[in-house]
Parts: sequence; structure tokens; C-alpha cells
Amino acid sequence: MTTSASPLGPLHPDVEPRRERLAATALPRESQLELYRYLQLNRRLEDRLTNLYRQGKVVGGLYSSRGQEAISVGSAYALGPRDVVGPLIRNLGSLLVRGVAPREILTQYMARGTSPTGGKDCNLHFGDLARGLVSPISMLGALVPVLAGVALAAKYRGEDSVALTYIGDGGTSTGDFHEGMNLAAVLEVPLVVVAEHNGYAYSTPTERQMKIKDLAQRAVAYGIPARIVDGNDVLAVYEATRQAVSEARAGGGPRMLEVKTFRMKGHAEHDDAGYVPPELFERWRARDPIARFERHLADEGLATRAELDAILADVDRRLDEDVDFALASPWPPPERALEGVYEEGET
Amino acid sequence: MSATATGAATEVTFLEAIGRALADEMRADDRVFLIGEDVGRYGGAFRVTAGLLDEFGPRRVIDTPISESGFTGAAIGAAMMGLRPVVEYQFIDFIANAFDMVVNFAGTNRYRWGQKVPLVLRGPSGGRVSGSAFHSANPEAYFHRAPGLKIVYPATAEDAYGLLRAAIRDPNPVLFFEHKYLYRRVKGTLPEGLETLPLGRARLARAGRDLTVITWSAMVHVALEAAATLAAEGIEIEIVDLRTLKPMDEAAILASVEKTNRALVLSEEPVTGSVAGDVAARIAERAFWSLDAPVARVGCLDTPVPYSPPLEDFYLPNAAKLAARVRELVSG
Repeated sequence: MTTSASPLGPLHPDVEPRRERLAATALPRESQLELYRYLQLNRRLEDRLTNLYRQGKVVGGLYSSRGQEAISVGSAYALGPRDVVGPLIRNLGSLLVRGVAPREILTQYMARGTSPTGGKDCNLHFGDLARGLVSPISMLGALVPVLAGVALAAKYRGEDSVALTYIGDGGTSTGDFHEGMNLAAVLEVPLVVVAEHNGYAYSTPTERQMKIKDLAQRAVAYGIPARIVDGNDVLAVYEATRQAVSEARAGGGPRMLEVKTFRMKGHAEHDDAGYVPPELFERWRARDPIARFERHLADEGLATRAELDAILADVDRRLDEDVDFALASPWPPPERALEGVYEEGET
Repeated sequence: MSATATGAATEVTFLEAIGRALADEMRADDRVFLIGEDVGRYGGAFRVTAGLLDEFGPRRVIDTPISESGFTGAAIGAAMMGLRPVVEYQFIDFIANAFDMVVNFAGTNRYRWGQKVPLVLRGPSGGRVSGSAFHSANPEAYFHRAPGLKIVYPATAEDAYGLLRAAIRDPNPVLFFEHKYLYRRVKGTLPEGLETLPLGRARLARAGRDLTVITWSAMVHVALEAAATLAAEGIEIEIVDLRTLKPMDEAAILASVEKTNRALVLSEEPVTGSVAGDVAARIAERAFWSLDAPVARVGCLDTPVPYSPPLEDFYLPNAAKLAARVRELVSG
């Protein structure tokens, strides 16, 4: 069993399992090492971005997924090539798994002319349907109906692709979340919603956002099957997503996963998260998803320290190259601001 | 001409023209589908989609829960995947519930990340039917300044048919407003073989020499009524029916104003912050030296739409109000 019926939430440390073993998986060693690589690429790319932000090279805000990497990486890794993902701001790992290069993220944050949007939009705010990616939407909840429509298109055409999107605990209070979930349920479309319960919506803790303990309870109201998953166990997230995707693909309608985790930084880089009790950070630091996965790889004899170090060296080398590329990239020409408002011609 | 074209010329109501355009595009292109509240078995609140469920089935005529933002978002998602959704709002007032989806998302994707969104958002608009404040909206100004959207607002059955088919084929999000006062009162003949009419082109609804009235939708008919009165007094107004507000046919506006040397913008919107204001500004900026009189606007009161007929009549522009203002400008 890859999921747990007991809440793992940050507000209920008394019932938090002390389980160290990660979820059982049939994933071969090579795949697990690939997951490890994506987890580290996610974290180390964000570390580079933090440095660039402090140097004034990131012109807008910077958002971190620290502590939540296993959710993005594990869920995106469970998708097939024709499936479509609608990520949110803390889903950098999902983009990396879908084949987005670090330099695309770096040039986006740094607003360079070489970025995927040519400087027109920021951070992860781009998509590429050739890689199954829809642009994030800052208005939280909006991606749920949009990805329901992506799923509707697959059903309309008789294709078996699945749409997957994310929502945070805060976002589940929006009207769009409700409308999208209900619509997806009624239309019986292949949508998987991964709800990341990370304890805080900006500075507002979960108990000030809702009177329920588990986001999964919301799914019950839509008639959507939901499971609660340990979000700091990449294998649990992978296995639960694989199962949900498989059920949606088979025509079972939408599925939701509530992944319990914790946001290990502020809402964005400017936010010192002084409103979070330090002991919460301490407790969750002990459950760091990457450290846990490293111990799993060692305990199971899947990798030696030298092998993991080789992966890290490769990640760092790649990041060196891409940071250099981004720093050397020119600003966009100002008149580009005029281009591309409309698609020209008939379809 | 393909089988999708209309056969011999037929007389239809404004409403029937819209229903036919939907059916003809659905026959021509399997990617086109309808989504909205009660569009299926009931045929829509005004019966625009009556009969389409029988012909095309529930796969292509999709009834939804009451969730304007939800089904608009879903339509955007489907459009991005290559389908051609046509969204119906039961009353266009309710597009306000989907404002975020339309303005922040549908209208920005092409610019932000190169993703086209071929989508039509349509619904019954306008007053003069005692619909009161929640069922009488003319929402064009809310969307006029939103980049990436197109806005179509036809006055005749022929335009409604040809422009709706063009809107469905357009690779951008198109707002298509249908003045409900015209649904069963305006009739027209669809010419044999008509498929599409180009977006972004105004139509000369009446030629004249003394003053240009720039207008659209139901107000075109008000202007024509005033023109008959004024002609009896020796005043010949020219009427430019914009048909598409965005993109706007500025060349047609300026050409007419440079001929008549006077301009009045007539619209069924509160005057403050109106599309009419944008039209007036364009004339003032680009045809100032052709003007013999100030650019005028005749529109609604800056109030919510009132319910009682005497109040709504007072709120709305009409032929008498228009004619009075034209006389001032021509004699001034």
C-alpha cells in the first residue's frame, strides 16, 4: 500500500508516522537514480537561483519548492509522453521531468531575450504543448478547469491521454477549484489533481483557511476518489500518481491525491517566514525528501556514495553551463513588446 | 462552394441566423463543439441551439453545471488542445463570472507563450426588454482594453451568420455578443453561398453627407430610424456599423468623418469608460482638422440598467435623443 489513511499534516505531529522506509516500488534501479537526479537538479537549480536573486540577476520574484521536490518529480515521472501537465509555481520539478532545461528556467527568471517567452513572462510562466506543458496561472484554482478542458479534449477525440495539475491547500478554497473539480467529475474526464498540503498559504496556516483537516475531504463532495499520500516520499508520490493516472486513463473519471508536505521557505524569496514556528521547520527538516531518498538508495543497496556523487557532479556541471548561458544572454529588444498578441490567419 | 454553404437564399431571423451558423460550422468541422448551461436538450435559454443536440449528440453539445468560470476554463483548455469550442453564456452578464479566465488567461496565452486559443464566447446581451441590471449587459467596454481578444457585435442577420462562422474559424478568442432585442425582431436574407464575412471590417449602413454616426448592434437600427426622421428635415446622416469592435475598422471611420466633417458615436453603454469614448478619441486624434463640430457621444446613463419601462426608456438612447443631438451638431 503506497498511501496512508492517517493524516500526515503539519498540524498533527502527534499522529505523524515515524516510518522511515519509503513506499514499495517496482521501479528499477536506473529509474530510481533518474528520480534522484531530478530531485537534486530541482533543489540545486533553485539554490543557484537564490544566489542569482541575491545578486540582483532575477528581476522579479523567486519561488522555492524546497521540501516539496518529491511531489513534482514523483508525480510528473508517473506520466506518459502524451499526457499534459499544468504546473504551479512550486512545480519546477515537473517541468524538469518533462524535459525543460535549466537554462530555460534561468533565462525566464532573469528576463533574458533567450527565454522561452522571449522575456515576455516570468519564472515558470510558460508552456509547451509539444512537451505536454500548459503555462501556470497565478490566479489559484484556475488551472483545474483548464486542465479539465485539456482532459475533455482527449476524451472528445477518443485518445487515452490524461491531464494532471496541482493545487495548494490555499488554492482549494477558490471558486475555480470547486467549479473545475465538479465539472471534471460530471463530465467524467481523465484529470488527476495533486493537492499539495504544505501548511501555509503565504502566511496563513491551514487551520485559518478551512475547518477540515484533510484536503481529501473536499474531493468527497465532488464524488472524486482521493487518497492521502506522504509528499516527502518520492516513491509514494510516484506510485500513487501512477495508480491515479492509470484509473483516469481507463475511463474512471477524475482522481485527486492529497500529498502532505511542508513549505520549507517563505512564500517567496523576499518572505522570511517569520510566522512559521521554528519547531515546524525542524520537524520537517528531519523528513527532507531528498535525504530520505538518499538513505533509501543506500539502505537498499541501489547506489554507492560515489555513484550519487557522480550524479551530483553531473548536475552541477550542467548548471554551471546553463547559468553561464543565462548570464551571457542578451536582454530582449524593446520592440518585441509589441509582437504576438494575436495569432494570424485562419486555423 | 462546399456543402457547408447555405443553399438558396433564405429569410431568417437574427436568432435563426446564429443557430444556422453554429450548425453549419459543426457540420463542416468536427473540432467545433458547444458548451454551456442548458444548450442541449432545452436548446439554450433563448433556443439558439435548439435541435443541435439531436443532430450532433451529447459529445458535441455539452450541458454543464452552473459554473461560468469552470466551463470557460475547460473550453480554453480544449481550445489549446486543438478543438474549436463555442461557449454559450445564458445571459452575457454572466461572463463576469468568467472574467479572469477570459481576460487574464485566454487573452494572454498567445502573447505570453505563443499558444493560440481558438475560442468563441457568445451570449445574449443588451437591454430594452425589461431584463434589469443582471440581464441587460453590454459588456464590450470591459473587454475592449483587454489585449488578445476580438469582439464582434453584429446588427443584421446576415452579419450574425457570416461573422459567427468567421469567429469560429478565427485562431483567437472571440467574444460574440448577440443583442437579444434583435433575436426575433430583425430578419434578413442569407445570400446563397454565404460562408464567412471578415472580422475587423465596418459596413456602411447608410450613406449621407452631413454627419457620421458610428455605432453597432441594436443601435444601428435606432440610427436608421433617426435617419428617416432627419432626412425629412433635409439632414442626411451617414451610418457606419462597426460590426467588429476589436479589431476596429478605424480606416472606415476616418474615411467617413473626413467626408461628412461631423462625428457622433452612438452606443448602448454607460458613456463613462465606454467603447464610444475610444472611437471618439481616435477621431479627435486623427481627423481633428476635418471636423466642423465637436465629436459627440450618445449613450446610456451612468447607472445600472433599470427595470421599469419608463426608467429603462429614459436610460437608453433612442431615435429621438439621437436626432436631437444631430440637429445641434449640424446647426451649430
